Amino acid sequence: MTNNPSGMSLIVKTITRLTVGLILIYGFYIVLQSHIAPGGGFAGGVVMALSLIHLVLAFGRDAVLKKISQINSVCLMSCGAIAFLVIALSRLVTKNHFTGVLLSDIAIATMVGAGLFVVFLTLVLFIKESAKGNKQ
Amino acid sequence: MELHLILIFMICASIMAVEIKDLISSVIALSAVGLGLCLAFLVLKAPNLAITQLVVEILLVIVLIRATIKKDLPLVRDGRWLFNTVSTLLFIGIFLTFGYFALKELPNFGQPTMLVSREYLANSLTQGGLANIVTAITLNFRRFDALAEASVLFTAVIAVLAITRKTGKAHDK
Amino acid sequence: MSLYFLCFMLFCVGLYCLVRKRNIIKIVIGLGIIEYSLNLFFILLGYRTQGRAPILISEQELINTVDPLPQAMVLTTIVVGLAVMVTVVSLALRVYEKYGTFDITKIRRLKG
Repeated sequence: MTNNPSGMSLIVKTITRLTVGLILIYGFYIVLQSHIAPGGGFAGGVVMALSLIHLVLAFGRDAVLKKISQINSVCLMSCGAIAFLVIALSRLVTKNHFTGVLLSDIAIATMVGAGLFVVFLTLVLFIKESAKGNKQ
Repeated sequence: MELHLILIFMICASIMAVEIKDLISSVIALSAVGLGLCLAFLVLKAPNLAITQLVVEILLVIVLIRATIKKDLPLVRDGRWLFNTVSTLLFIGIFLTFGYFALKELPNFGQPTMLVSREYLANSLTQGGLANIVTAITLNFRRFDALAEASVLFTAVIAVLAITRKTGKAHDK
Repeated sequence: MSLYFLCFMLFCVGLYCLVRKRNIIKIVIGLGIIEYSLNLFFILLGYRTQGRAPILISEQELINTVDPLPQAMVLTTIVVGLAVMVTVVSLALRVYEKYGTFDITKIRRLKG
């Protein structure tokens, strides 16, 4: 990926490859410890989406779209939404318990991370398309 | 005292964001307002909200800069500048006056009437075993709020996908 | 009391931007300022002097915490605000692609 002319300079790409995994792990950490410390499913999901956006900004959109396509991200978002719906409806009949909170946190984080990444990808692609259309 | 300083900083930054001609500078001034809000949440003992606000602010600034970059802004010279500004300021003055009378009825700063949340504070650890009470309220006691919130976000993502799709253009030609 | 009034001033700056400006991005910025001021107002209502954050620590009694209910509601509001902003930005980009401008008065003129 380093020889790809699109994206930013070599220094930014090298630093990005070192830090993206750490940011993703920090997102997981915010999600999983939200019952004892500040955090939550939504904030963790946004951090995960930001790590992917970081990849797009550093390497250019084409290099990332080869690995993670838009359709896959939409599928992931829908899976998260369906999982959260099932958990929430199943908790109509059960009592308050800890496992339900943890599972719904993870489902929300999946949905938010994938969904906001899809929004960013869509806007970037749309800006590129419309710029091409204006030149013609 | 520090809260007053943070709020005055936020007001100055928002006036800058409103009045600057350049769009990217305006977006950056908006992010300064968001940073001030994050600091205010920390001072007001709401660490959950501070984390969420900081992260959301970063995402919003990235999206807005992507939207406004390389777009030239035509300078808008509209007629009746004086009339429009004076009428808007008059309206806002009336609004502030009535707001002042309404604010007198509120409870004093620093003494909340915690009627509902007393119950949540007492039951958070026994029902569900959650030490973070804000998480306990959003995902345990009021979990259908979280369901509605997730559905709003899902609808917004679907709406963005529907607005920016390209099939409508072929139909026009 | 003065804090409430400053928060109201922030709301009014956002309202002025929303009513007076003609650029769509400026209108989005005004919406954002209004949303921030409303979030801050809710949290100001729930603050208690010398209170502590609503997180339990072992072997400490839960006295004198700030009100956790507005915090939970504002958490929802931030999410909804992000969703609204993203939708409005995509609409503005669509308008820019169609008309080539962010100015709302020009859009009205080009309609016919």
